[in-house]
Amino acid sequence: MSPPSGPEKHYLDALAAGRFEMQKCAACARHVFYPRVVCPHCGSDRLEWVAPSGRGTVYSTTVVRRKPADGGDYNVCLVDLAEGVRMMSRVVSIPPQEVRIGMAVKARIAEGLVEFTPA
Amino acid sequence: MRGSVAIAGVGLAGCGEAPGWTEMEIAAAAAKSALDDAGLTARDVDGIVIASTNIFMSGLALAEHLGIRPKFTESTMVGGSSFVGHLIPAALALDARLCDAILVAYGSNQRTGTGRSEAGRHKMALDPQPFEHPYKPFNPPTSYALAAARHMHQYGTTRTQLAEIAVAARKWAQLNPEAFAREPLTIEDVLASRRVSDPLTVRDCCLVTDGGGAYVLTRAERVQDLPKPPAYLLGVGAAHWHRQISSMPDLTVTAATESGRRAFEMAGLGPQDVDVVELYDAFTINTLLFLEDLGFCRKGEGGGFVSGGRIAPGGALPVNTNGGGLSCVHPGMYGIFLVIEAVRQLRGEAGARQVRDAAVALAHGNGGVLSSQITAILGTKDTL
Repeated sequence: MSPPSGPEKHYLDALAAGRFEMQKCAACARHVFYPRVVCPHCGSDRLEWVAPSGRGTVYSTTVVRRKPADGGDYNVCLVDLAEGVRMMSRVVSIPPQEVRIGMAVKARIAEGLVEFTPA
Repeated sequence: MRGSVAIAGVGLAGCGEAPGWTEMEIAAAAAKSALDDAGLTARDVDGIVIASTNIFMSGLALAEHLGIRPKFTESTMVGGSSFVGHLIPAALALDARLCDAILVAYGSNQRTGTGRSEAGRHKMALDPQPFEHPYKPFNPPTSYALAAARHMHQYGTTRTQLAEIAVAARKWAQLNPEAFAREPLTIEDVLASRRVSDPLTVRDCCLVTDGGGAYVLTRAERVQDLPKPPAYLLGVGAAHWHRQISSMPDLTVTAATESGRRAFEMAGLGPQDVDVVELYDAFTINTLLFLEDLGFCRKGEGGGFVSGGRIAPGGALPVNTNGGGLSCVHPGMYGIFLVIEAVRQLRGEAGARQVRDAAVALAHGNGGVLSSQITAILGTKDTL
């Protein structure tokens, strides 16, 4: 029997319900992000949902410059998670220009999105 | 494939600003210019190649516009590198004698045309990219900024070194009467200009212009009867490892390492043999990464390599001799202009910016966000 939805909807629905889930391949034991139908490492379709630790390190970071009237500058970064996958996100709770490459960060869910704060 | 096909004609149209012109009209005007340059007419063309971000079934539209009934049509769309990549299927089709003369064309009115932001909203709705778009990356600059920040962190590359690249491009543009941005530009100007997505300023980013270009490709035996000196395809390689920047394995190493290696292997040449280099400089970091990844310098040493005017007019390595996407023209997809400038340099038609005795030219296309990498090596008859 087919699963109730594709992996993207499963992921987004879980986030909307307050859960950060990630795929792990039952064949090669590697984590997979973003969610897929087939493991990009080994080609297996035996992808299972697991809960990541939420721990990560900033791999790269930028301050997107925006007029104050439009909301001001904000952070966009790439975070390497402890599970060995990378995702785009943002570090919040500190000014965007203070986010540093190599900074240890911790995931949280806000408005249906995964974002990070300094660990 | 080496030496079996050659570019017989090139043409530009509407570069800079072309208010009141549609994309297809600009592409068709460039096609006419390239055909005139090749000493051919639309009646001689039996292969059509085009890529467009906006026009649905663009190959059908271009053939219809020009009154051509092609035996071969190709519209691979891998971003701005597409028009370098089109050399591959075009050469295969000519080698297989599926057709005899192929027109590759591009047109864009993104600067003066209306509906650009509306088109952006539609694309976002059709292709939401839920693992990036919600964080509001200001793309493409943000993706390239992330690569630049990582290169700076890992190798000590500086904003001043990136600014050198913008200044070199501008100095070439000042030698090119067709370039769009020709006013003086200093390193200080670049550093002091408006920040877009750190560490990139607006002067680290390419122009937004209108413009189109075209080239005509035929088999080598045919091109000898045509009026202009041909530019032979000596080698070509294509590679891509990701689409979105968050899926790029190492932001300091592009798939140009692979596309370049294969192109050089086919050509039987190496970086030391290249007289003139055309790199897809949508952002200053591109030039630096591609110089490293194509083997003109070692990984991590690009910042030092470009310093002191090495890639500017009068420097040891002529790079982006038309002024590049940074200062000559960049209408959304720049790839075709790399090929056109390479051909003009090989023919000795580049005027004040001519690289003396240019016999081997490299044109390297980039598409997406450092995603699609396609390297072509072109040469004069003497290099066959």
